[in-house]
Amino acid sequence: MSSVFFMLTMGLYFVSTVCYLAYLLRRAETLSKVSLGITAVGFATHTVALAARMTDTGQAQLPTFHEALSFFSWMLILVFLAVEFRRQLHVLGSFIVPLALISLVTAAAFRSDEASTLQPVFKTLWVHVTLSMLGTVGFAIAFVAGVMYLIQDGLLKSKRFNVLYAKLPALDYLDHLNQQSIVMGFPLLTLGIISGAFSAEIVRGTYVNWNPEQTWAMVTWGFYFAVLVGRLTIGWRAKRAAYLTIIGFAGVILTLIGVVLKSHGSVS
Amino acid sequence: MHVIVVGLSHKTAPVEIREKLAVPESRLREALSRLCAYPGVREGLLLSTCNRVEVYAVVEELESGYGRVQEFLADTHLSLSSEHLTPHLYWHAGDRAIGHLFRVASSLDSMIVGESQILGQIKDAFEVALTHKASGLLLNKIVKKAISVAKRVRTETKIAETAVSVSYAAVELAKKIFSSLAEKTVLLIGAGEMAKLAARHLIANGVRQVRITTRNFQHGLELAQRFNGTAVPFEDYRTELAGADIVLVSTGASHYLVTADDVQRAMRQRMSRPMFLIDISVPRNIDPAVRPIDDAFLFDIDDLHMRVEQNREDRLREAAKAEQMVVEEVAVLGQWLQSLEVTPTIVALRSRTEDIKRREVDKMLARLAHLSSEDRAAVEALASAIVNKMVHGTMVTLKAEATSSSGAAYVDAARRFFNLEDIAAVCPAEHADASERPEGSPTGNGSGRLPESSFIQHTSKEQGRRVR
Repeated sequence: MSSVFFMLTMGLYFVSTVCYLAYLLRRAETLSKVSLGITAVGFATHTVALAARMTDTGQAQLPTFHEALSFFSWMLILVFLAVEFRRQLHVLGSFIVPLALISLVTAAAFRSDEASTLQPVFKTLWVHVTLSMLGTVGFAIAFVAGVMYLIQDGLLKSKRFNVLYAKLPALDYLDHLNQQSIVMGFPLLTLGIISGAFSAEIVRGTYVNWNPEQTWAMVTWGFYFAVLVGRLTIGWRAKRAAYLTIIGFAGVILTLIGVVLKSHGSVS
Repeated sequence: MHVIVVGLSHKTAPVEIREKLAVPESRLREALSRLCAYPGVREGLLLSTCNRVEVYAVVEELESGYGRVQEFLADTHLSLSSEHLTPHLYWHAGDRAIGHLFRVASSLDSMIVGESQILGQIKDAFEVALTHKASGLLLNKIVKKAISVAKRVRTETKIAETAVSVSYAAVELAKKIFSSLAEKTVLLIGAGEMAKLAARHLIANGVRQVRITTRNFQHGLELAQRFNGTAVPFEDYRTELAGADIVLVSTGASHYLVTADDVQRAMRQRMSRPMFLIDISVPRNIDPAVRPIDDAFLFDIDDLHMRVEQNREDRLREAAKAEQMVVEEVAVLGQWLQSLEVTPTIVALRSRTEDIKRREVDKMLARLAHLSSEDRAAVEALASAIVNKMVHGTMVTLKAEATSSSGAAYVDAARRFFNLEDIAAVCPAEHADASERPEGSPTGNGSGRLPESSFIQHTSKEQGRRVR
């Protein structure tokens, strides 16, 4: 059942992505409502898919890369729906929903139904994966805010007052969204890394062994730490912050690739 | 009875005529009572703004009604004769008159399409007409509807969302850089008219901190007082830059007052908090080399003009949508007006009572199966007699009052008392006797041709009209 709902979700997010991208170019506001509706339905089917998989396999399975990405995409849409509900920032959907779709498609590529049984110690892995993915959601939103900032900045600078200009929010709002997302994401990633280190200690007896995943995770963590401190102390905000968070998110993706390279599908 | 409008606007009359015709608020009451004193004029509303003078009226006869209202307009100013006015006037009746009011209220007929002042002016004019009882059932309903149509246009189209003046375009741009202007500081360097106007718009949109610097310090002090701001000596404008989120420059200087270096220095101090610079001066006072500096956004007078021009196009596009809404709303109101006609109301009343009687008699006869056919006929006759006697008085009154000044009110009351609102008003073809129409006759709404009612004659006389 889980796979049916998963495919359904992917289809819905695909349609929603198309609608949201069309919305960017069109004057009509109705398209955003249609897209939002489709996204909401997609979110519901996704929730069912996730719940079904949980009950299918139970917790007695290693958290796989597939589940991590699927969960990431689910959280991303949840955050988007919350922001949209409070601020009616339709244009955010045009950036976040495609990102959620990409992550779902990637998740689909790593889907495996063979259940590997889990030793009791591995349960800490669930904590590690969940926290890391929540942190990643924060960075993803910061990334989206950064991209939107750079677009709006470019439009203002070049004086192209087009449809996109009208739809994107004020620069300082995007900058604020960028900051908030990092402020939320950073502590979660920190906890994710710490719980990961504990898991590693239990499994292998060492906290850190500098495999590609861990190396990139540490580099990413240090980078975001610098971004956050720089912003709060020496004014790394606005355009610079937008660039930095985009680079940072690239680091996050490299980390995830590191995970795949290391384990071919299972996070450990 | 006919709803008419006679008037002139910025589209048909030059300001010399408009200013003569304009009725000041203090004389509005007197003018209205003069209008309603004309024979055949039952309701009146006078809308007088700097861009238009219009009389909305409910008159008994169309031609004489037009004539009386025109006479009334000519009488408002000694130097104006009726002939004088004729080439500038427009006349509309029925749903065209109503449509006109809707368009005016929605600011589709305004000099600046989408401006919001006109709605307030209509509300004021209506208030005066209401308090002096110049408007009655018809105008009250029509004007209230006009106000709600205007609100609908405002919320459902983007007609009023964009800036149409250079000074307001500055505010609009500011809002794409700062989501809230409340905590922002504006620095005015020099005080040209347009800069002052822009500053006023910014203040109206939440800016609280205004700093002003002019070459003549005394002038700066006066302005500071007016804007509730602070005057700073002109020599200090460079150091003031860092503290300003919005910089408005408009001096008569023939060189660049603000250079790229100045802005670069200010941006360092601001730790790259964005800065919005507006140069309204010609020749320009801010070096265009400022443009590439990160987080500093410079716009000159041409940029603002371009923005206004784009907005104007957007507004016209939105206006087309609004026109469609007006057409829809006129049709809705037209149905209500039709329902006020006596004949369809009598038809509806008859069919409603007949319905009730039929149902009750059938129910009763089904239970009294043992009755003979004569008895059954007697029961039916009894029911008919009661029903007919009950509504007879109402019918007679409706017919008698049909042509009186309160006819519409009676009709409205009858429709409410007998709950006829859901029975669509059908105005039978002219001269047809209402009683001959079969029950459940086709509704006028959506089923092909709308019957003509005297309220909604499509009469409009734009030109060539002469009053005796």
